[in-house]
Amino acid sequence: MKKIIKYVTADILRNKIVLAYTVLLLIISFSVFALQDDASKGMLSLLNITLLIVPLMSVIFSAIYIYNSAEFIELLVSQPLKRKSIWLSLFYGLAAALSIAYFIGAGIPIIIYQPSATGFIMLGAGIILSIIFVAIALLAAVLTRDKAKGIGITILLWLYFALIFDGLILFILFQFEDYPLDKFMVFTSAFNPVDLCRILILLRMDVSALMGYTGAIFKDFFGSQTGSFVAVTVLLLWVIIPVWLSMKKFKKKDL
Amino acid sequence: MKIFSVIVFFFAGCIFYAAQLNAATLVVGKNKPFTSIKAALQHCKSGDTILVETGLYKEQEIVIDKTIVLKGIQQPVLDGENKYQIILIKAPNVVIDNFRLQHSGKSDVNDIAAIKIFHADNVTISNNIIDDAYWGVLTQYSNNCIITNNHLKAYAKESSSGNGIHCWKCDNLRITDNTIKGHRDGIYFEFVTNSIVQKNISENNLRYGLHFMFSHNDAYISNIFKQNGSGVAVMYSHGVKMTGNSFIKNWGDGAYGLLLKEITDGYIYHNHFTNNTIGIHAEGTTRIKVEKNVFNSNGWAMRVQASCSDNHILYNNFQNNTFDIATNGSLVLNTFDHNYWDKYEGYDINKDRIGDVPYRPVSLFSMIVEKNPSAMVLFRSFMVTLFDKTEKVLPGITPENLKDNFPLMKPLAL
Repeated sequence: MKKIIKYVTADILRNKIVLAYTVLLLIISFSVFALQDDASKGMLSLLNITLLIVPLMSVIFSAIYIYNSAEFIELLVSQPLKRKSIWLSLFYGLAAALSIAYFIGAGIPIIIYQPSATGFIMLGAGIILSIIFVAIALLAAVLTRDKAKGIGITILLWLYFALIFDGLILFILFQFEDYPLDKFMVFTSAFNPVDLCRILILLRMDVSALMGYTGAIFKDFFGSQTGSFVAVTVLLLWVIIPVWLSMKKFKKKDL
Repeated sequence: MKIFSVIVFFFAGCIFYAAQLNAATLVVGKNKPFTSIKAALQHCKSGDTILVETGLYKEQEIVIDKTIVLKGIQQPVLDGENKYQIILIKAPNVVIDNFRLQHSGKSDVNDIAAIKIFHADNVTISNNIIDDAYWGVLTQYSNNCIITNNHLKAYAKESSSGNGIHCWKCDNLRITDNTIKGHRDGIYFEFVTNSIVQKNISENNLRYGLHFMFSHNDAYISNIFKQNGSGVAVMYSHGVKMTGNSFIKNWGDGAYGLLLKEITDGYIYHNHFTNNTIGIHAEGTTRIKVEKNVFNSNGWAMRVQASCSDNHILYNNFQNNTFDIATNGSLVLNTFDHNYWDKYEGYDINKDRIGDVPYRPVSLFSMIVEKNPSAMVLFRSFMVTLFDKTEKVLPGITPENLKDNFPLMKPLAL
């Protein structure tokens, strides 16, 4: 299994696209910090990149990689190897490669310019989002055999998490504005890892505003020790559940 | 001319000296002519000085009805035993200096204070420590008083608590260099006119750091208001000047640095608003000038309700705030020109340091949050950013006239 992980990771890291992604992140991150005299404004720009580009890149790249290595996977399956370890190695390889890319591309500038709690939460969020979207891509790729359809699904999923979900929330908020929705909002945020990461970072960045109004409820929940523990657990579930589902499917899949 | 002034000084000196000769100095302490302040008070006459040596004095309520100077040596302790008011001043020109007053009584029926000044002008309260008092210094119907360099600390709970320095129907007071902690309101003014509050530090009070009601033509200068229940409230007053103050970390549900309610002709100059949930909340204010202030890292820098008119907000720095301006209607009768906004994205082609496109400080999302506070969860999501950008291009919901026509490209050095 180690050998396969090593092979997959090396293969991806040598891939020019991941390299380009790392360099692009690095350039963007350094420029957002260098262009603005205020580091916290740079963090804001970086927040948008972390919440949008990182999931998009992870999900599409992973899906394409899985489709392109269909022959390689077939070859591996013909060897005396467990399907489980093949699939997990693919996941570990992809997750490791994209996390490293994020760590180098965005993490190093963050550590240099903003070595605060906000910075480290952002770094953690970026890495966990990379991994989550690799897991989601694996699930999408194993569900459909057709490459175009699979990539389409991943893009739709990304669109859903980045945009449509928030639209639905806003819709619900205004449709049911006469009801107390604060606790419900805490609950629904668990259904979108992007939102969950955003709220965790927001609690650091806009703490003054969030202290007012119902924001206090978010602060009370996510700011507390149990709250952060629950948030991290939910994020980990977002990794474990898709990987587990895709593995179950892959085990039985007729290649 | 010179000789004349020398002569005047000479005679003035003579008169002063003669007055001094008349006045006696009584010493209170162990093994001294008087062992209690009350005894000394009975024997003194107006103009005398009573010196109190260090020690613990439990004398129930000390009533001062003669013009005297009551001075402590190395801060003698006057204890109210949690039952009594400590000092009541009823005579003019009294000086209370250098005492430690502690454990006043607590009562919701009578206003029990560490020092109460009642119908007495020209009183000076200086250099005292007031610890665990119900009301700290309570001034009623007294003009020209000076309250300076006192340190007040209380351990109030919401249900039973008094104000630190409470002034009611007074004129021409000077409240300077005091620190007030843990009271209900740090400093409270009601029907107080022409007074100055300067260089005080008011922190961790339950309600307001400073509270103005119906108090006209006052000024508060260079004070620090920190972590109070909610900052400073100026209500139903006109001609209040607020300069050089710091409003720091007034956090919480509906907390603000400065609340302006139904006030007119105020001047807010050179203040710093840092880390407050709301920097300034203005409601029904008229003809206020907000000039050269710094708003940094607040949730809402300013919340200007539609009921405000003829206010001018100019030459301020707005930096790092979650929202710059929020409002609750589309009517705008105020101007917001020549400010620096860190969220401004315009350009300056003619290099006159003024942006060529107006800046609209109210974002669409701040209007949404105003209507539906729970929507705050969605802040900084991609969708919300999209909304805000669209609104900036084609304003539909945000007030059309609320804009800075001359936004500055660089922050002012404040």
